[in-house]
Amino acid sequence: MNIHSYEKIWLVLATLLIVGLISTVTYGATAVGVEMVSDSGGTINASALDEDPRFSEPRVEQVGDNEYAAYVVAQQFIFKPDPITVPANSTVTFYVTSPDVIHGFEIVGTNANAMVVPGEVTELTVEMNEPGEYGILCNEYCGNGHHVMEGKLIVQPESEFQGGETDG
Amino acid sequence: MAEALDAGAPTFADRFPQEAAVVKAALTSSFVALFLGAIFGIVQGLHRTNVLREIDSQYYYTILTAHGVLMVVSFTIFFLVGLFTWATVRSLDRPVVDIRYTWTWYGLMLVGTLMAVVAVLGGFFPSVDISADVLFTFYAPLQAHPLFYGGLAIFVIGTWLAGADWFRAWWAWKQDNPDERIPLQAFMVLTTMLMWYIATIGIAIAVVGFLLPWSLGLFDNINPLLTRTLFWFWGHPVVYFWLMPAYLLWYTVLPTLSGGRLFSDPLARVVFVLFLLLSTPVGIHHQYVDPGIAEGFKMIAMTNTMFLLLPSLLTAFTVVASMEHGARQRGGTGLFGWLRALPWRNPAFTGMALAGLMFAAGGFSGMINAGMNINYLIHNTLWVPGHFHLTVGTAVALTFMAGTYWLWPQLTNRQLYSRPIGLAQVVIWFVGMALMSNAMHVMGLFGVPRRTAEPQYQGFDFLASFGSITEFRLQLALGATLLFISTVLFVGNIAASSGTPKRSGHGRPLSQPLSGAADSPAVLDNLRLWFGIAMVLVVLAYTLPLVSIIDGGGLLGRGVEPVPVIAEPLTTLAEPLSAAAEPITEWAKATLGGVLR
Repeated sequence: MNIHSYEKIWLVLATLLIVGLISTVTYGATAVGVEMVSDSGGTINASALDEDPRFSEPRVEQVGDNEYAAYVVAQQFIFKPDPITVPANSTVTFYVTSPDVIHGFEIVGTNANAMVVPGEVTELTVEMNEPGEYGILCNEYCGNGHHVMEGKLIVQPESEFQGGETDG
Repeated sequence: MAEALDAGAPTFADRFPQEAAVVKAALTSSFVALFLGAIFGIVQGLHRTNVLREIDSQYYYTILTAHGVLMVVSFTIFFLVGLFTWATVRSLDRPVVDIRYTWTWYGLMLVGTLMAVVAVLGGFFPSVDISADVLFTFYAPLQAHPLFYGGLAIFVIGTWLAGADWFRAWWAWKQDNPDERIPLQAFMVLTTMLMWYIATIGIAIAVVGFLLPWSLGLFDNINPLLTRTLFWFWGHPVVYFWLMPAYLLWYTVLPTLSGGRLFSDPLARVVFVLFLLLSTPVGIHHQYVDPGIAEGFKMIAMTNTMFLLLPSLLTAFTVVASMEHGARQRGGTGLFGWLRALPWRNPAFTGMALAGLMFAAGGFSGMINAGMNINYLIHNTLWVPGHFHLTVGTAVALTFMAGTYWLWPQLTNRQLYSRPIGLAQVVIWFVGMALMSNAMHVMGLFGVPRRTAEPQYQGFDFLASFGSITEFRLQLALGATLLFISTVLFVGNIAASSGTPKRSGHGRPLSQPLSGAADSPAVLDNLRLWFGIAMVLVVLAYTLPLVSIIDGGGLLGRGVEPVPVIAEPLTTLAEPLSAAAEPITEWAKATLGGVLR
């Protein structure tokens, strides 16, 4: 096969670019430890969330030293609990599921962003730094009220944060 | 090599009048879909940016579904079947085996489209019990009317039969030419269709195996992750199905338009083989942030996706090299000076060149999407439609329009109504898309979601790290308006061309590649081999994820009930809370409570 020498150079550069792109992500996933959404949340009966100890009462719970679990239900067209309140300088693992249709869970202005699929539990770990307020929105079309589906995440100063419970 | 030298040759319509009629019919269907899709597009563009909100926001999703389905199913694929029929017949230089069969698949595609479109447009009429506000992706358990799924199924069957038509033509040709290489255009058609046969396995199982019987009430529960994964099994290769006709035009028509010859026939074949191999085992990259799919499977999809950059990067080289060759034939000189020697006054050339330029930009934003970790920043934000309006919305759509300016006279024996309008049209498209897509990408970075009627929230504002949200909203709306104007100019120009007088001499033969088929190894034409390898790759990429999804959630899901898309519930949101209708549920009240507080 007859390949022009310029085209050969181009082929090599293109391959290097591709290998480079794959390497950066692999490096992030292994060496830096960027955790990504996977199947770790397990599955759930979407019609029986109220029978599940995690989701019958959506809430934030302390699970370790500076570690919290947030059990969140995304449904047409709200998030529960709302607001979600967590302390600053903590690690929060969100467990999110849906009783009805597919939703999105996006903490606005951050890279905390995942799909919520009925029958599955999305597990997403986020480092909380400074105190502040963030919007939460649904970024997957979920029905004709999709655009009103929003929530709030309040990151409180550690001194003000009371226990792990917030009311839904 | 200037066009004038070739003028006077018999046209496709002269040589193959029956096939030309099918091609014209398919292209006309495509342009009707484009025009309707553009009307829905401008309504959306002005609605979500709050420039003009004439409709109730619940209908935004009906409009969005119609825009998506009409543009990326009807417009693109009707154009594809028209172009592929032309390319097959032209390059094999023989008619199809049976023209009645050809009309049959065209008819099926038309019937399928009409069924789906009726189901979608039913969403505008609450009194009618038909709707399909499920968007182009129709993720269960949102449920559309069975007419929608049935229409999609019939449409896809039509495309399968179309592919078989081109294979029949090739087999017939092969009997007479046993030792010849497959002509390049036919090779592109056949490899693309093999890719399509593999890709549509996913959608066929999702629609016929699950969604259609489920919408008919044969069973209640569904595994939404399974149907979603099957959707993306098809949903990524379909983007290459849109793109391959544009590639076919770039490889086989653009060099001639530039006044030169294709740089390399063998590498063109390599590119199409790579697309056949790699288009399908990548769909999971649309599901990087999905639960229920292990990280390892996502990594495999990402690796395949990155390698899929290779054929596109090769194409960039070949296309630019062919254009440079053409420009130098026309007397162009210098390192970049040759650019001036290109036929910029020809809308067919300029449209394709601008489309290619924008495809490069789309390729870069696609690399961001493909990066598993950086994708978190932009997943399901407005960045994503920003990206695909560069790819399918410009690389594909603008190339199709530009190609039409070249092809249409050869199908009708009539001159184009106006070349200056054509030239203005492609430039307006480019400018409009530059504005709209830029605004979409930027707002996506600020977290503004896609697919949302009113992306303004009660509890928070989007923070623009530069510029302002208002500025980008207006930029988006302005871009959308220019794109709408451009579409009207295109459709109007083609429609008005039916009024120009018939005359002969519109034939435009294509130049031969500099490095021809004889330079490429014969194994490239071994379609069975490539099809086999492609199937193996798909099995490797998908078996374990699908088994694990079914194992975890069950074939029909656990407790996931259908949620039909109906028009009533939200009308109550527009009214005062006290007037809320009785059936409004607890959650809707809670939402209103939150909003009013």
